[in-house]
Amino acid sequence: MTFTEQFPIVFQSLNVGFLQTLKLFFVTLLGAIPLGLLISFGSMSRFKPLSYLTKIIVWIVRGTPLMIQLLIIYFMPGLLGNNIWGSGESGRFIAACAAFIFNYSCYFSEIYRGGIQGVPSGQEEAGLVLGMTKSQIFFKVKLLQMIKRIVPPMSNEIITLVKDTSLSRIIALQEVIWAGQSFLKGNQGIAGVIWPLFFTAVYYLIFNGILTVLLGRLEKKLEYFR
Amino acid sequence: MAILEVQHVSKSFGNTEVLKDISFTLEKGKVLSLIGSSGSGKTTLLRCLNFLERPDGGVIRVNSETLFDAENPETKQESEIRRKRLHFGLVFQSFNLFPQYTALQNVMLAKELLEKEKPDYKARKKEIHAEIEAEGRKLLTQMGLSERMDNYPHQLSGGQCQRVAIARALALKPDILCFDEPTSALDPELTGEVLKVIRGLADQETTMIIVTHEMAFARDVSSHVIFMDDGRIVEQGTPAEVFGDPKEARTKQFLSRYTQG
Repeated sequence: MTFTEQFPIVFQSLNVGFLQTLKLFFVTLLGAIPLGLLISFGSMSRFKPLSYLTKIIVWIVRGTPLMIQLLIIYFMPGLLGNNIWGSGESGRFIAACAAFIFNYSCYFSEIYRGGIQGVPSGQEEAGLVLGMTKSQIFFKVKLLQMIKRIVPPMSNEIITLVKDTSLSRIIALQEVIWAGQSFLKGNQGIAGVIWPLFFTAVYYLIFNGILTVLLGRLEKKLEYFR
Repeated sequence: MAILEVQHVSKSFGNTEVLKDISFTLEKGKVLSLIGSSGSGKTTLLRCLNFLERPDGGVIRVNSETLFDAENPETKQESEIRRKRLHFGLVFQSFNLFPQYTALQNVMLAKELLEKEKPDYKARKKEIHAEIEAEGRKLLTQMGLSERMDNYPHQLSGGQCQRVAIARALALKPDILCFDEPTSALDPELTGEVLKVIRGLADQETTMIIVTHEMAFARDVSSHVIFMDDGRIVEQGTPAEVFGDPKEARTKQFLSRYTQG
């Protein structure tokens, strides 16, 4: 089969794979952004047992490879006699989402903590002497300042997340790397071909290009104050 | 009739006693200056009055209402503190304006949030907003900032920021307006414009407590002066008494540093 004959078949497969990549990416963001906030509140809690517990969890999650976490989260329940993820692609997808959300929320929590603690204490005091409640101070005064502070480090993490989704290949989630690799082993009459695997890089590159532009715009929008 | 009565207030941070047996009164429409070297407890005293710190002992009364009594746990309820704070306004050394809001929005925000809690807010929303905005514009104009209302804090000079902060505190019509070294972060030129505004407020009989290192200003603007050292009130009286004829050796020593310079 010539390259021009291969290309449409490969392109089609990679698109399907990348759709799975995108789904994992967005579900992770949707889950990790709020969960990270909860974890950051936990680690900043004045209730010591809670703050120690969260710090230990964050230490474990950040201190071990995401690939190992994927394997443990996917295989451990089955080994313990109860495969809660179910079988097939949907099971792998749910397990991958769980691992990614858990992992990324820990990274996000540290960024949030930096953002929250980076807002000068004078802002809170000014709000208090003006008779505001703690929640008014958080939402009306501190939140936007915090968002402004965390956008650059969050952009970094989000772009890393796009590429990290490829780690879910280890549990055979059928994302774009898996799709590219399938033409090495043999898929729709194409076998022993490695260029589709290399070509997957283009997908990441283009998607990250779009994200970089969007996140850059958000950063620019928040430049109206200092 | 004193608007503010402070009796035997004490405060410690760990083993360090920052305020020791502080007592004074302030009449309505008068200006009290707190002077003394850094670390003498002036700022902590202001922070206690504004409920940013809780005293360990003593009583604080405003208009004869007991806001704080160390002996009476009922006066320490968190839920009441918010309401009690509103008797006082506080202007900070570092302004602490909200950077994401314009000068006008900084002045309006707290008042709007308070109005939102009232039952008739929804029905009179537009009207209330217009009132608050008109009041905010009036205050900023009074501060000489009519051209600067829509500027963000980072577009303003330090002196302008501090004047916005003063307008923001005045917007809630506190009984007593406190200043914590309002000009210490400003260069001499900008200091002048802020002091002029405070003097204007004194002329309108705004009740104020001013922590300051500007001795000439304190002498000129205040009706009462307290000199603090090491957490204690060493000497208090009229400016003529404290500056012109100090009784205590420590006061003389402190003031001599300013007259020599």
